[in-house]
Amino acid sequence: MIYLTRKIEFSASHLYHNPAFSAEENRRVFGKCNNPHGHGHNYVLEVTVAGTPDPNTGMVLDLKELKEILQREIIERMDHRFLNYEVPELAGQIPTCENIAAVIWKLLDPKITEGTLHRVRLYETPDLFVDCYGDSESGLENAQESVWENEGGAR
Amino acid sequence: MKIHLSRRYSFAASHRLHNPRLSAEQNQRLYGKCNNPYGHGHNYVVEVTVSGRVDPATGMVAHLGKLDEFVAREVLETFDHKNLNEEIATFRERVPTTENLCIEIYNRLRDFPGARLERVRLEETSLNTFEYSGERQGSR
Repeated sequence: MIYLTRKIEFSASHLYHNPAFSAEENRRVFGKCNNPHGHGHNYVLEVTVAGTPDPNTGMVLDLKELKEILQREIIERMDHRFLNYEVPELAGQIPTCENIAAVIWKLLDPKITEGTLHRVRLYETPDLFVDCYGDSESGLENAQESVWENEGGAR
Repeated sequence: MKIHLSRRYSFAASHRLHNPRLSAEQNQRLYGKCNNPYGHGHNYVVEVTVSGRVDPATGMVAHLGKLDEFVAREVLETFDHKNLNEEIATFRERVPTTENLCIEIYNRLRDFPGARLERVRLEETSLNTFEYSGERQGSR
């Protein structure tokens, strides 16, 4: 099995706000990310596809095709957008790195027909990133309920 | 959706690789310049990966403020600007290689209450990296 990774970048703005929370709760939970005017990041996305090289081409999949899929599905949808308001797939969700990575997985998984999507890694900053592995493996047996409802702090 | 969240931190510390059960010559042969009796230091980068359910109310696996506080208390405040051999109890009996430091950091972070610790990845330099995911089955 060979794992092939392609990287792209997109820039977008977002804000964290849960309408079910009071203004004070939103500020406490989300900190400066709750600024109503939003703020932005240069996101870096690494998409990893697993597969076996085709004996005729030596390729897991056609990189040009992967580039076009990423352009169409991700760049055109998210680059230079306000994620809360302009990306319908994120409607009703807080556009955290976790949720954006899961949306990206759902967008890409059905489009990748040669090899299988193995991992979506999304960097919000060089020091913060999320890996999404889809539903293929159950790693959530120890999943916990929210444990910090009354705690302060910001991300 | 299986989601892992990773966060990078850094600290600076000194160490000396020396095994008191070996002769001076054996230590020198095994550890080379890392056996310099005065020690030497690194800017370590520690990458902490946690997993769990994404809380629908917040969209988060773990609250970063809580994770930052926990890592600061358990790791950064303990190791930053310290001599690992002289000031960290576990390294009085164990050579403070980056392998052993990675395991020590994992053990200190294992009980993070906000999410499940998946992996600690420790960079000693930009060329040397170590990872530890504990001994349990099924970890990645």
